[in-house]
Amino acid sequence: MIQVQDLTKRYGTTVAVSSVSFEVRKGEVLGFLGPNGAGKTTTMRVITGFLPPSSGKVTVAGHDVAEQPLEAKRHTGYLPENPPVYTDMRVAEYLAFAGRIKGVPRRELRNRVREVSEKCAIADVQRRQIGKLSKGYRQRVGLAQAMIHNPDVLVLDEPTAGLDPKQIIETREMIRSLAGQHTVVLSTHILPEVAKTCDRVVVINAGNVVAEGTPQELTERLQGFETVLVTAEGPEGEIKAKLERVEGVTLVDQRDIANGRVTFEVHADKQKDVRGDLARAVVESQWRLLELRTSGLSLEDIFLKLTTRDVSEEAPAN
Amino acid sequence: MRNVLALAGKELRAYFHSPIAYVVLTIYSALCGFFFYSFVATYVIQVFRMMEMGGGGPSPNINEWIIRTLLEGILTVVLLLLIPLITMRLFAEEKRSGTIELLLTSPLTDMQIIGGKFLGALGLYIILMILTFIYIALLFVYGNPSGLPLLANALGLLLFGAGLLALGMWISSLTKNQIIAAAISWGVFLLLFVLNWIESYSSSTLGRTLSYLSLTTHFDNFAKGVIDLKDVVYYLSVIVIGIFLTARSLEVLKGRP
Repeated sequence: MIQVQDLTKRYGTTVAVSSVSFEVRKGEVLGFLGPNGAGKTTTMRVITGFLPPSSGKVTVAGHDVAEQPLEAKRHTGYLPENPPVYTDMRVAEYLAFAGRIKGVPRRELRNRVREVSEKCAIADVQRRQIGKLSKGYRQRVGLAQAMIHNPDVLVLDEPTAGLDPKQIIETREMIRSLAGQHTVVLSTHILPEVAKTCDRVVVINAGNVVAEGTPQELTERLQGFETVLVTAEGPEGEIKAKLERVEGVTLVDQRDIANGRVTFEVHADKQKDVRGDLARAVVESQWRLLELRTSGLSLEDIFLKLTTRDVSEEAPAN
Repeated sequence: MRNVLALAGKELRAYFHSPIAYVVLTIYSALCGFFFYSFVATYVIQVFRMMEMGGGGPSPNINEWIIRTLLEGILTVVLLLLIPLITMRLFAEEKRSGTIELLLTSPLTDMQIIGGKFLGALGLYIILMILTFIYIALLFVYGNPSGLPLLANALGLLLFGAGLLALGMWISSLTKNQIIAAAISWGVFLLLFVLNWIESYSSSTLGRTLSYLSLTTHFDNFAKGVIDLKDVVYYLSVIVIGIFLTARSLEVLKGRP
């Protein structure tokens, strides 16, 4: 649905995005993840036709954004970071205006306004002036605007920024419900968001794609071993020694000790499930096993790993 | 065309959503009314004087004495002052609030955006013109001015205003700040108004050329009720230049945010 090939965008001498390539399949929700200033907004602006690429090719629904901008824009709905609303307009008036400039036929306009208003839960504020609405409502009005012409592709730049926790959950649910009918690209620097809403993730840092895949794939790829956390009550030195003898365990690291309860981080071969053996080792020695669980790398860890590695590799080159 | 009209309608409504339209219309009708009253009073006194002198000749021409002075009075002061207020927000406000992203990512060509905004501003200006002609219509109730020169007056006023609107729109596209847009517009317009002063002290080719570029020189004929093709072409060129420069400025805007 969206293809980005070797996209480079320069502002004067600064390279904002360098040779980025990725693809978004139909009906998929793609998370665009990166620290602030990584080039997320720039990439999205090129996809939506707001900025021309310096080089490379971007196609939306088969239309090159540089060569057939109008066709590409007809298939794209865009919610910039700050919702592009006219504060002195009323909600219904604004949506009708957005529909007209995006070529929604006159006959369908009323229906479309009603439909997107219901989808975005703003049907109750139709007659209100946008400037007097809360940030959450404004964001939803912005989203309704992006959907008014029923585009195949929705590009959402930090759709949950500045919302309160309840609104964030609602927005995420709404985005999930759009998957399938629409192809969604959303950018964020908030990691749990990616895990909760996206089918696939593209991690971008300093203008380069550093990783791509499903959240699970990324976790697996970056982790060469299984990590198990074991909490037990007993003499820490003996427990440690016992755990180290379990087959497949490569490293035992004492993480925490409080009130006689010790927590160990155990690294083991990826192929072997050591959990049963670990439990038996503790229990057979008459120590009390309090907790035992696998701990994958969280997206936070992945993110830090990817982005800091990149910086340290680049540093000598500068 | 439909989306151009949608944009023009939005612009026109935006003037009435904000105080701008009311401020502009109020100032305009107050000043215009004062001008009108003064010129009519002067005219009446002149007529009485001629009657006292015992002259039985024709009374002085209303078109010449009232309408022409009125139009030139409006021109030199009121429009110079008010048109920047109409144009200052056209692009500056969209850039400041980020709504320009909506326009530039909608399936619209740059020319459609510019055309829509220009027509919207022209709409408010035409309302101002209608106010002027309400005053002028009063003259038909109490006097007998000739009607045909009014067509030239109206065309002149429309072209003159459209030219300034196009330039003001361009200036508005250069900045995010409405005040700056208005201030620059005032400076540029004022310079274009007084450019014909050069003629009085320089007769070189450059002097005459610059004087020819003055906005006021080309209005004289229209105010007299005469349509001269070269004046029409002059104002049309100003409009085209304004629109062209705005288009360039949008290109630059898209090159770097």
